[in-house]
Amino acid sequence: MQKLSGKSVYKGIVLGPVLVLKKKEQTIKRVGTADPEAEIKRLEKAVELTALQLQRLYEKAVGEVGEASAAIFEVHRMMLEDEDYRNAIYNMIRTETVNAEYAVAVTGDNFSEMFADMDDEYMKARAADVKDISNRLVCNLTGEEETNPTSTEPSVIVAEDLSPSETVQMDKEKILGFVTVCGSTNSHTAILARMMNIPALVGVPIDLDEIHTGMEAVVDGFRGEVILEPSDEIRARTEERIREEKEKTLLLQTLKGKETVTSDGRNVHLYANIGSAGDVGYVLENDAEGIGLFRSEFLYLGRDDFPTEEEQFAAYRQVVQTMAGKKVIIRTLDIGADKQADYFNLGEEENPAMGYRAIRICLKQPEIFKTQLRALLRAAAFGNLSVMYPMITSVEEVEQISSIVEEVQKELEEQQTPYKMPEQGIMIETPAAVMISDELARRVDFFSIGTNDLTQYTLAVDRQNGRLDDFYNPHHGAILKMIRMVVENAHKAGKWVGICGELGADTELTETFVNMGVDELSVVPSVILKLRKIIREM
Amino acid sequence: MKKFEYVIRDEVGIHARPAGMLAKEAKKYESKIVICRDGKKVEATKLMAVMGLGVKCGNTVEVEVEGADEDAAFEAVKAFFETNL
Repeated sequence: MQKLSGKSVYKGIVLGPVLVLKKKEQTIKRVGTADPEAEIKRLEKAVELTALQLQRLYEKAVGEVGEASAAIFEVHRMMLEDEDYRNAIYNMIRTETVNAEYAVAVTGDNFSEMFADMDDEYMKARAADVKDISNRLVCNLTGEEETNPTSTEPSVIVAEDLSPSETVQMDKEKILGFVTVCGSTNSHTAILARMMNIPALVGVPIDLDEIHTGMEAVVDGFRGEVILEPSDEIRARTEERIREEKEKTLLLQTLKGKETVTSDGRNVHLYANIGSAGDVGYVLENDAEGIGLFRSEFLYLGRDDFPTEEEQFAAYRQVVQTMAGKKVIIRTLDIGADKQADYFNLGEEENPAMGYRAIRICLKQPEIFKTQLRALLRAAAFGNLSVMYPMITSVEEVEQISSIVEEVQKELEEQQTPYKMPEQGIMIETPAAVMISDELARRVDFFSIGTNDLTQYTLAVDRQNGRLDDFYNPHHGAILKMIRMVVENAHKAGKWVGICGELGADTELTETFVNMGVDELSVVPSVILKLRKIIREM
Repeated sequence: MKKFEYVIRDEVGIHARPAGMLAKEAKKYESKIVICRDGKKVEATKLMAVMGLGVKCGNTVEVEVEGADEDAAFEAVKAFFETNL
């Protein structure tokens, strides 16, 4: 048994035989020519054929992985038609009077080196694209058939590296997973593997001469490991995990795209909670209907200074655009308490959970707040964005927020910066907010109940204190009564109300919440489909 | 000649696909469209050269448009940057 690690590009797990793909060493000889123009004619014919093949690959890829991922083959065609690349080949044929194959190979290497030398991971990965088109062109010049590796049974493909065209040309039914020695998670092959839902590991230090086709292997995309010739114990465990994954996928297939509605027709929105732009993939993968809580702290934490308006705008815009019209509720800065960043200079506090945090910082230091609001209002023009304010305890706070938002709006208007006024709501996470929720409901567009803080404040139990775990009971009657009160007050004012705390994902309470009339539950992405199943069976 | 400056907002900078689309767009016009960054200048029609500039998110590029149809080309290229980059 041998265990190797690499970078995982798709989370999945498979077990099966290995198929080792070794690149045929393409040795291209330099041959002098007496008639460079004839070589150029040959080249032009090969370019035409290559363009046609790329067009076909593009069409195949559109069908299999969708337009966005297939675009790589369109880019390949454009690279093929790139003036500098073409001129370099022509020049070499003419000035050195050499064969077209040699000129293509050398030019391909030169351009690919240029990309490999760039100090940007994304651009480095483009070196493989240039190599891919150059190889294809050489094959078409020599009249070599494209080698289309196939195996009779579904296999784990192990190779030094795979080009995007190799990946797409393989018969999808025969691929269990990919393992490559080279390659980055930015490579198009990685992107294609993700789109094809195939577990893939790149950067695995595997010696292709030490392994052989037919060997058994486990590719574990969750842990980023490949295990060759697994022990019986590991094989059994892997089979169990594969079964679990299958069940999950089945759930996904039967519930994906389905409405979250009870049998008597009550509709509940299931949204996802996320903490960084990178989590959006999980949101879509689990078929959330939107993002109910996007914590904006990731922009502020782990750095030395405040994020600029542009940085924030770019991050928010990217998320709303990726969600393509689905609702994205972004919570404004919730720093303080257990989330600290040095440059805020918040200082030590006796009781941070009840201290200088969240909206309190924003109202006391409006310059920080305004930067975020400007970025949010600008990003709102690009999709379905809502803004949510945390830690509200009074009507006055909501009024102060409104006047700051108005100022920001006026500024944007004066500067003629495009923006849109987003839907605005507040978090209900203090007992005070619950008690005045009737008054608050008239002033905002929606409520989202933060049950974690609401429980801690209501029961006077510090969440950070492990000794109090037995006293922290989110099912406490007081909490449920509060939630009911908030829902009733929101509905009286014609506003919608959701739950974004951990309680929202508590399957024991789902029925209770739906019966109370909660309009939305925002939970970790992995629970979405489980909740949809429960609600549809109600 | 007409010029504009632009700060790249796309997370991965001028990457392959937009560079390809830009080359396509630039070829529609007679005018010469040049992208400058840190003193390096390349023509927008040349996909690999544009990618070779290695323009990242937050970088500023200057775009120069010169030729018979420069007004139309300027507007089109500017709009292209604003929507795609």
